[in-house]
Amino acid sequence: MLPNGLLAEAVCGLGFFLSPSSHFFNPSYLHVFFAKIPFHLYGQDYIRSFKHYSVIKRRSIMKVRAFFIYCLSFLIYQGADAATLKMAFDADPVSLDPHEQLSEGTLQFSHLVFDPLLRWTKTGKFEARLAESWERIDDRTMRFHLREGVHFISGNPFSAKDVAYTIQRLKRSPDFRAMFDTISSTTLIDDYTIDVHTTYTNPLLINIMTYVFPMDKVFYQGQDQIVKYGSTFASRHVSGTGPFKLTHRELGSYMVFERNPNYWDTNSPGNVKTLTITPVRADSTRLAALLSGDVDFIFPISPIDIQRTQSIPGLQLVTLANSRILLMHMNQQRRAELQDVRVRKAINLAINQRLIVEKILKGYAMPAGQLSSDRFLGHINDLAPEYNLIKAKQLMAEAGYQDGFRLSMMAPNNRYMSDEKVAQAIAAMLARIKITVDLKTLPKAQYFKAFDDRSADLMMVGWQSDTMDSNNIYEFLVACPDADTGLGAYNASEYCRPSVDEDIRLANREMNPERRSQRLQQIERTLYNDAAVVPLYWQYLTWAAKEKVNIRAIVNDQNYPYLGDLVIEE
Amino acid sequence: MLTFLLRRLLQACFVMIIISVISFAIQDKLGDPVQQMMGMTASSDDRQQLREALGLNDGFVSQYWRFAKGAIQGDLGTSYYFKEPALDVILSKLPATLELAFCAILLVILVATPCGVLAAINPKHILSRLLMFVSSIGLSVPIFIVAILLVYVFSIEHNVAPSFGRGDTTDVFGLWQSGIFNKDGLRHLILPSLSLAIALMPIFVRLIRAEMMEVLQSEYIRFAWSKGLSARRIYFVHALKNTMLPIITVGGIQAGTLVAYTILTETIFQWPGMGYLFMDAVSRVDTPLVAAYLMVVGGIFVVTNTLVDLIYGLVNPTVRLASHGL
Repeated sequence: MLPNGLLAEAVCGLGFFLSPSSHFFNPSYLHVFFAKIPFHLYGQDYIRSFKHYSVIKRRSIMKVRAFFIYCLSFLIYQGADAATLKMAFDADPVSLDPHEQLSEGTLQFSHLVFDPLLRWTKTGKFEARLAESWERIDDRTMRFHLREGVHFISGNPFSAKDVAYTIQRLKRSPDFRAMFDTISSTTLIDDYTIDVHTTYTNPLLINIMTYVFPMDKVFYQGQDQIVKYGSTFASRHVSGTGPFKLTHRELGSYMVFERNPNYWDTNSPGNVKTLTITPVRADSTRLAALLSGDVDFIFPISPIDIQRTQSIPGLQLVTLANSRILLMHMNQQRRAELQDVRVRKAINLAINQRLIVEKILKGYAMPAGQLSSDRFLGHINDLAPEYNLIKAKQLMAEAGYQDGFRLSMMAPNNRYMSDEKVAQAIAAMLARIKITVDLKTLPKAQYFKAFDDRSADLMMVGWQSDTMDSNNIYEFLVACPDADTGLGAYNASEYCRPSVDEDIRLANREMNPERRSQRLQQIERTLYNDAAVVPLYWQYLTWAAKEKVNIRAIVNDQNYPYLGDLVIEE
Repeated sequence: MLTFLLRRLLQACFVMIIISVISFAIQDKLGDPVQQMMGMTASSDDRQQLREALGLNDGFVSQYWRFAKGAIQGDLGTSYYFKEPALDVILSKLPATLELAFCAILLVILVATPCGVLAAINPKHILSRLLMFVSSIGLSVPIFIVAILLVYVFSIEHNVAPSFGRGDTTDVFGLWQSGIFNKDGLRHLILPSLSLAIALMPIFVRLIRAEMMEVLQSEYIRFAWSKGLSARRIYFVHALKNTMLPIITVGGIQAGTLVAYTILTETIFQWPGMGYLFMDAVSRVDTPLVAAYLMVVGGIFVVTNTLVDLIYGLVNPTVRLASHGL
């Protein structure tokens, strides 16, 4: 093996030798050569001095040298390969500014180059990160004790000032504002202690604080405007405390990260030195890349490929139940028929969630009979999905629609896993209670415009609660639509029951977990009795990786893999 | 010649204006860019503000006018996603697409010409029949099936070539990030260029064969035979040269097909070129980038077709450009 490999390298090196010597000075190539030398030793100046050198030296000597270094670099590169992770995910951050867009891609990125004050564990508990501990001072104040001796990648020390700065900036972000409006102010107690005050009592303050990824105040200040279009300093430059630092980014193509050599968490078992993230949107390309060994870790895997992936030796598949609820809205403003609770109930009964999950999603989802997943306080154990065609037909007859009617339906075809097929199955199921469905599926870009315009009687949507709490789902999906407060912004059922709104409001202030849980369950029960929407299922998250990449320990149900702690076995 | 070029220029301007109107008119149908740029929980006020700032609340005519004014000065708008002038983004992806197209065309020329000629010389030979059979399959099988098959065989089963991406690039004189000059880049080129070539090859094999067979029947070839010229000279110099005329025309038209196929190939192989950029822009509702891409591709079409007409004149002096082009 080795002699052959060397021969190949020699031939290749010869090709290199014959090509213009400028190749040698491709910085990315130098980076391979110096893989074993600490990164800070070869900054831009080093590369520049090399370039200068090339001008002075005679070309032929350079070529010989290039040839030798090329061969040498390959040997070094082989050694460094073990701690390299290449991954392909479907999302990527639109910007380096963590506050520009609240999206999965941005938050995944934030967990790489920044650290949150605290983060969720896989079991739904909080884990201290940059905050070492926290306590409630009173109903409207929480105190956070911060970690000392942490530095940003720029070299600036981390302190409470950075936290206060970051929270103020979050309050300015159009995307994060909805969550951070609740925080009225912060008080610096000392360099490593900060009090966070809320306008009203807020039981979810601690959940919201998982979105605080302290930014380097000294680095960003003065050039930190949050702009959605056009380039800003923050969208191009980044300084965080995280386990990785960004070394190269080709927007839309790939990002390269290096392990932060001064990372504060010395207990982290993570051993990934170089991390390359490529967004790959097509399911088949992503899977092919894993199967061919071009990448080590992918997300997600389409349900039809799961079985195949599992059967391949050397690969592992990890699935986790997720709290994102997929549901279907039934618009009561567009259709008088849907104002009748019996009709809504009949539709709920005619749709067989279990069959959809089993046949279309191959079992990789949890059929839903309510909106709150089992890790949320609003979850009611005895609300299971119901399927009863006879009863559904009966209800339709009682409501006077035994001959059925037509409904228009829209669904996305590239947003959720197998969304188009699920929508087709629903249309077929409704045909059995004589509801003729005119289904139109659209790419997500067009679909959500149609969704905002409430363009169809039945519309599918998925919702992930940002706060990991039921109330966020209720606020956006079933509260009475109100343009001023933003409540019910995604309520395409146009369902409106003032008592539910009142419960939502009270649950937002309730500090006692037991009473809060009761109130949320009361909402869930009312929604069920009213058949306000059709809950469908909670989709599982599916990751696949090579066996030596221990992803099981670092993935979680929010899909923010903690790559800083990832171990690759050697 | 000059009048021909002037006329062509005028025509090109007209075509570009039509393309710009169409590409601008379809933007509305792509979706709402603001939704793509904002999180789900952003308030409607913030959405309205952004919409206003992007000028999306203006009427079609005033939006188009703004676009047209910029376009004349070479500014095709700023990409929402890349946050850079759309034209710069597209031009930065151009080398990748050109390299892919170049390799595919090279493969087509190297394979299709001898195959077509052989099939024409010995039309009854078993190999020729096989060639025709394979090429008709090639014509009817969609490119993505070919591409997926190639990925399966060469990268998953045998691990010969990588399944996606462009690999390492080297900097050529500071102008061009090229994948042709290093091993990794070349390995990444194999599958995309092969599948693109397979998509284009059959039509050329068949065309060369048909034209060649016709030419071989003509008087001057019979005369050449009777004059005692060598077979190689007759086939590859006298006959092939005259075969090339229609092939150049079709080749020009195929340049359009090539663009269409690069979109498909680049999407399947995640090749970071213009086609992939375009598909990405459509899914992100990056409307300035979509419009700019259509303008650039329209421009490429106009230029290649003009060039084809010029080459036509060079290869066959009896064609008079002034009367040939519109």
